[in-house]
Amino acid sequence: MITLHANNRTIQAQEGETILSALKRAGISVPTLCHIESLLPDGACRLCVVEVEGQRGLIPSCSYPVSDGMKIQTHSPRALRARKTIVELLLANHPDDCMYCHRNDSCRLRALAAELGVQQRRFGSTPVDHKIDLSSPSIIRDPAKCILCGKCVRVCEEIQGVSAINFINRGSKTVVGTAFNEGLNVSSCVNCGQCVMICPTGALVERSQAEEIRAALADPERIAVIQHAPAVSVTLAEEFGLKPGQDVAGILNAALRRLGFKRVFDTSFSADLTIMEEASELAHRIRTGGPLPMFTSCSPAWVKFIEEFYPDFIDHVSTCKSPQQMLGAVIKNFYASRNGIDPARIYSVSVMPCLAKKFEASRPEMAPDGRPDIDAVITTRELAAMIRMQGIDFTSLEPEEADHPFGERSSAGKLFGATGGVMEAALRTAHFLLTGRELDPPKVTALRGLSGIKTATVRIGDLDVNVAVASGLANARQILDDIRSGERQLHFVEIMSCPGGCIAGGGQPYQTDPDRLRARMAALYEIDRQAPVQTSHRNEEVARLYEEFLGEPLGERSHELLHTHYHHRDVMQ
Amino acid sequence: MKAINSTPVSQPTVQTPAAGGAIAPWLADRLNDSLPRLRRDLVAQPVVYVGAGTCGLGAGAKKTAQAVRDYCRDHQFTADLVEVGCIGMCSAEPLLDVQMPGRTRISFTHVTADCVPAILDAVRNDQIPENGWLGQFRHPEHRPYAGVAFIDEHPFFAPQTRWVLANCGRIDPTRIEEYIARGGYTALVQALNSKTPVEVITEVELSGLRGRGGGGFPTGRKWRLARQNEGGQKYLICNADEGDPGAFMDRAVIEGDPHRLLEGMALAAYAIGASKAYVYIRAEYPLAIERLKRAIQQAEEWGLLGRNILDSGFNLTVVIKQGAGAFVCGEETALIHSIEGKRGMPRPRPPYPAQSGLFGKPTVINNVETLANIPPLIANGAAWFNAVGTDSSKGTKVFALSGKVTNTGLIEVAMGTSMRRIIFDLGGGTPGGKQYKAVQIGGPSGGCIPEQHLDIQVDYESLKTVGAMMGSGGLVVMDEDTCMVDVAKFFMDFIQRESCGKCIPCREGTKRMLEILEAITRGRGQETGNQTLERFKGVMHLAELAEVIRDTSLCGLGQTAPNPVISTLRWFRHEYESHIFDRRCPSKVCPGLLEYRIDAERCKGCTLCAKKCPAGAIMGVAKSPHYVINDKCIGCGTCVEVCRFQAVAVV
Repeated sequence: MITLHANNRTIQAQEGETILSALKRAGISVPTLCHIESLLPDGACRLCVVEVEGQRGLIPSCSYPVSDGMKIQTHSPRALRARKTIVELLLANHPDDCMYCHRNDSCRLRALAAELGVQQRRFGSTPVDHKIDLSSPSIIRDPAKCILCGKCVRVCEEIQGVSAINFINRGSKTVVGTAFNEGLNVSSCVNCGQCVMICPTGALVERSQAEEIRAALADPERIAVIQHAPAVSVTLAEEFGLKPGQDVAGILNAALRRLGFKRVFDTSFSADLTIMEEASELAHRIRTGGPLPMFTSCSPAWVKFIEEFYPDFIDHVSTCKSPQQMLGAVIKNFYASRNGIDPARIYSVSVMPCLAKKFEASRPEMAPDGRPDIDAVITTRELAAMIRMQGIDFTSLEPEEADHPFGERSSAGKLFGATGGVMEAALRTAHFLLTGRELDPPKVTALRGLSGIKTATVRIGDLDVNVAVASGLANARQILDDIRSGERQLHFVEIMSCPGGCIAGGGQPYQTDPDRLRARMAALYEIDRQAPVQTSHRNEEVARLYEEFLGEPLGERSHELLHTHYHHRDVMQ
Repeated sequence: MKAINSTPVSQPTVQTPAAGGAIAPWLADRLNDSLPRLRRDLVAQPVVYVGAGTCGLGAGAKKTAQAVRDYCRDHQFTADLVEVGCIGMCSAEPLLDVQMPGRTRISFTHVTADCVPAILDAVRNDQIPENGWLGQFRHPEHRPYAGVAFIDEHPFFAPQTRWVLANCGRIDPTRIEEYIARGGYTALVQALNSKTPVEVITEVELSGLRGRGGGGFPTGRKWRLARQNEGGQKYLICNADEGDPGAFMDRAVIEGDPHRLLEGMALAAYAIGASKAYVYIRAEYPLAIERLKRAIQQAEEWGLLGRNILDSGFNLTVVIKQGAGAFVCGEETALIHSIEGKRGMPRPRPPYPAQSGLFGKPTVINNVETLANIPPLIANGAAWFNAVGTDSSKGTKVFALSGKVTNTGLIEVAMGTSMRRIIFDLGGGTPGGKQYKAVQIGGPSGGCIPEQHLDIQVDYESLKTVGAMMGSGGLVVMDEDTCMVDVAKFFMDFIQRESCGKCIPCREGTKRMLEILEAITRGRGQETGNQTLERFKGVMHLAELAEVIRDTSLCGLGQTAPNPVISTLRWFRHEYESHIFDRRCPSKVCPGLLEYRIDAERCKGCTLCAKKCPAGAIMGVAKSPHYVINDKCIGCGTCVEVCRFQAVAVV
């Protein structure tokens, strides 16, 4: 333990930690714009500078290690003046259109300007011509609002291993951009949206289809139906000021009906359906020696990632569509014909924790005969905005059930929302399919938690099944490279693009706090613990769907509606 | 405030061989030619030397050398033609030296191709012309020419102490043998045979050598820190990314004496325990790169680089890495990123490179001049080295003199030499009888020294007392025709363009500072009311902005970026005030603030100026005096240029 003095108060610190982390523990908040908790300090924004006795200049607390007896002033006039000037410099050529900005109420820069008492424009600037990048189906990039903190660049490179964006040019001409400064759509961007999640300003935002959805809801010719993903019900509450980790599935159903959707379905239903198909596919591959390990395919950013960077592994990816797309296909085929509705009248929307789902829904493979399975995708954040716009008092709604028949779910389907959940659900069903007995206990503890890479060996009959779970695409790279080098021998691998899984998806309420993630995850595990049905193969509606329509897993109809294929993408890397 | 009191010790000049002249027997035995011949104490046939550094080549040395070859062919004159590096007097290039057998080597200035036959004729006939020569090199065994001054008495050379530059312009940089014959590689052989790495470090520590790249960090301490990080791969990097405007010390050393650098690197690598070394050099130095490549190859052939050097178990591979010309890549952490193949952006320190540098391994980064100091230091010992200099700054410093000074070029003086001596004795003062105004030292990161502080000793600490810094060695002299606001603007423009863009104060702040300076120098006629307001607001915040940038920037480049403004504001505040309050540029440089007036007596009404004026700011009727409308004038000066009657004047 080290003792140091901050603002004339004695505080304790650990050897080797940074001043910033010691201050945080002591309840002293020093602002940052470029700091990412899980990565090495970058030292770019200089907002965290503090006065350290004996040092000539101000010291960046995010990167400077503590030493015994250090005397620090965190909010001295000199430090405050420096911080204020830095924010003023950022504002000098920042657009003044906060009123029109997507991040108006969640902008870190705006909050800092207020905190530091910036009340007049001290520095003029020369206008710079920036072009907004609207090319991506998921993300809109407005370089004019970019403050070059570099967080998106580092997340994309260090956490996601994609490196779709980097700094271009020098000095005040520096911008963040793609290779050759082309549109995001032709870059290696996988649309995961982690950059949007971490961006402190409105430079990176999701591409919204809310207007289109509102129009469809108002159109008497169209029948708007909606599905919500497993991870949405455990995060939406945060948008309405409730504490993280609450499951509001019932209220969510009610709110969606208030918005005007004719039917409200639960994507966890099709997650169960996915498990039936995927577990069968795994069993089939194991029996026939098909390409192993098999990879999950429900995370669309991951699918694009492997298409771009590891095309030689494409055969290893499960051919199952994601739950969103499966339900979309079932709605427009089974549900439409069963209820005598012209599928062309159905406007099928999904609420997802994800920006890549927008891209997935727009893939040509997902629109057989040119008719998309899913018409529009909105994120948790966009849904909250729609609820607010329609004047719905979220907190006073009474919970309601989702609609029959795609409202019934097992808790296995719900587990899809967290890293490791798909694997756990699949193992439960694969065990049953291969042995006729339930996995006991159903909980696979080794696959739970926020670690980036988790592995387990599960005994199914005579076979030891080796599985791995990774979240964050840099971790996926690690696994793929290990498989390629022969270091890992695996049967089944679950990959989620976002670190922590869908609960940390790019479309979720803005957060960078691991405690919040843990609360969201705990909510999913709690749902599983209390659930009467914990396995996908016990979902009666899924069973009925097979009976009445699909036939059997991997059957002809399944193949036509629920499976897809992938192709190598040659993008600028 | 002056902490340094000792006076510089005068030292022998150009004639001193690099490392005292003694040559390690192992090296001497392997020389395939006799020592006197290699040192050109004894020449069998005439030798013609052409200064063919980049400065010489720029002045036409290639053609001069060809003219020498043509002359030899046409006149059946058999002579050795040697292309040497720069001796330092760049303003006198192309330089051509002739050494007849038994005679001294005599040096001629401004020898363009057409002058070659006459000069060679004259020397062959022992009829040295009265002028056109620089002088002759003193040598005990060579008969001097009558009536020709010795170079060591020349005011440009006499005050110099040439250790690093000892061989520059003297030897053939493409032959390792010539370097060895002048004592080169002897320090390395001695060290590998009889000194432990720690003893080498101790020697460097005792010498008081400090980093010559600008920071002035004690070299020995840096090495010891890296040495203490035991185990595994370590790296040595030579920083040859010389980027300051007006600085060319590193280039001259590598072009003129590349083996000195390699020997210094080998000693440093041996001391810290590195087996791989990089030379990070700007791609704009093609000749230096070519010379260095050749030198590395020769040193490997001699077994002075490579595996198991001199059976000592010490291995060293030297790799050249070319930089793409980003100024910030001279900053050590940005340089490391660049070698690693990343964008050249600095990262916070600690950890320092000596702990975690290139590829995360302990790394020492030294500047070219620092490393070039090592061979004579190790050969002659710390006591020899630190006998020269001041209390806190030992040895010599190489400077590149440029700007408004008579003798532009490269010099090496003992630490503690006064700035006045450098500019007025070595540099010959400002040309054309103009008044000296200031010298910018340390490039864009440095500061300027006004007339009243010219007697300051050049050493790390003294320079700081006047707001300047040693820097890497660029000296840009300015005279009365230089506007100091314009100078500050020039450097701010350079810095804001070269900022890597990573940290906010440097990226945004330098741009804002530049805009404020631009507003100060912009003419009223071109200004809107809002701009006038912005100008005054800017002036009010200029000093504070400078302070915050200095206080908070990530790397040295940013922390020193406001220096040109801080320094000129300190010494030339009145010039700023003239620009701001009187809207006048006292040095008549800033076009927007110049007022042109047509002398009615002289003006013949030829209408030429009115026709040529791009702003339509000149009115008048033919054959009667014209006049300038100041609100329209953009200050371009075209009217002055075109007037045949000298009727337009700047007031």
